[in-house]
Amino acid sequence: MRYSALSIFLNGLFGNRNWAAHWRQPEPKPHYDVIIVGGGGHGLATAYYLSKTFGIRNIAVLEKGYLGSGNVGRNTTIIRSNYLLPGNNPFYEFSMKLWEGLEQDFNFNAMVSQRGVLNLFHSDAQRDAYTRRGNAMRLHGVDADLLDRAAVRSMLPFFDYDNARFPIQGGLLQRRGGTVRHDAVAWGYARGADAHGVDIIQNCEVTGIRREGGKAVGVETTRGFIGCGKLALAAAGNSSRVAQMADLKLPMESHVLQAFVSEGLKPFIDGVVTFGAGHFYVSQSDKGGLVFGGDIDGYNSYAQRGNLATVEHVTEAGKAMIPALSRIRVLRSWGGIMDMSMDGSPIIDRVHLDNLYLNSGWCYGGFKATPASGYCFAHLIARDEPHETARAFRLDRFRRGYVIDEKGQGAQPNLH
Amino acid sequence: MKGAVLPRPAADAGADAWHDYVYLRDNPRGAYEEYWHHTSGCRRWLVVSRDTATHEVYACQDAADAKAVRA
Repeated sequence: MRYSALSIFLNGLFGNRNWAAHWRQPEPKPHYDVIIVGGGGHGLATAYYLSKTFGIRNIAVLEKGYLGSGNVGRNTTIIRSNYLLPGNNPFYEFSMKLWEGLEQDFNFNAMVSQRGVLNLFHSDAQRDAYTRRGNAMRLHGVDADLLDRAAVRSMLPFFDYDNARFPIQGGLLQRRGGTVRHDAVAWGYARGADAHGVDIIQNCEVTGIRREGGKAVGVETTRGFIGCGKLALAAAGNSSRVAQMADLKLPMESHVLQAFVSEGLKPFIDGVVTFGAGHFYVSQSDKGGLVFGGDIDGYNSYAQRGNLATVEHVTEAGKAMIPALSRIRVLRSWGGIMDMSMDGSPIIDRVHLDNLYLNSGWCYGGFKATPASGYCFAHLIARDEPHETARAFRLDRFRRGYVIDEKGQGAQPNLH
Repeated sequence: MKGAVLPRPAADAGADAWHDYVYLRDNPRGAYEEYWHHTSGCRRWLVVSRDTATHEVYACQDAADAKAVRA
């Protein structure tokens, strides 16, 4: 069923009893042309673009839990393309362009809201770094505006501009950045993929990869063996575990990242704002809650929950930026497992088996990349060559010395 | 927190061994050994044995002692 104002009106007339399910609950078939392991944002987007744009119809997405139970439902919903390095910037800008047309494309309201992403700076050195990044963005055709202190103050008057240690001196603004309703992204892609014939199989955990003569021929799952022509891994924080089933060791560690939401408030913060002197980012949801987060906890974890030390650290950074935060109450916090790569950048590549493809290493920036990640991964799977914006995301870049280290931290995943 | 406790290859061990040491990780779900720096206390480097799925800490010893144990 195609959604439109008319369909909402007509269904409303009949008490909303006639809406069909968004997607089927199919039994797994014995064989698929492509199996995608991981029914998160990236796996579903991959299935959507494979079926819609690249014309492959016999596809299954295997999800060990339920759709949206992983990071696509656990992030802070921010989209942006304010990257510095040439390997990253065109890819994230491609993603931003896909976001801009996404709702019309998959006929689902994902509440894409380009309300602006502002990175605050607090020192001369930071201003120089942000100026450089803004110029790099503009050279790549991405919008960027450097705001001085007065301009930031007129936008956000209640910040602590005269903080003794971290006075706010200005900010780098990407007006096209913003937020998207994260669950709706998973639902929209799932519905779109299902409409193009993709089987989305939930509660189906992959437990092994069966190989014959240098190829993956299928996967063992909790619902039996399923054969495949091509196998695509998009398992986010569990990438290392899935790759290990094919004897592949990844340049990756899994870390927990926490996020938080406050009680509902009246309109307070219009866009997304990040604190430059500590790691803190905040936006306000349409329901009124402040959605915020900070650094990963810093130790390897598969637990999907974090520790109080990081809760304290994040809220302290928030209070340093916005003193009024000391009065609000946090409603919920939760954790997601990040596939932290060794240089902070992702991997979209073919790996050591002929028909095995890997999509991983999104660190804690995977949500904004969802559309382009799906598109570029689908391109690679369908055509066996990388999409032009994802050529740098090779697995062998670590061996060859072509790392894409946006933050300049080296091979230390908990610092990216 | 510094990362996994891995045996450091010899300086002339070759590119493959060093690539493995610097970049590749087993990244297990479950038992795991890693280096922690006790920054707000004794400032010693420690080897912490921990479960990455439950966050349970099994054991902890000074990295200088642990080295002899593993070698």
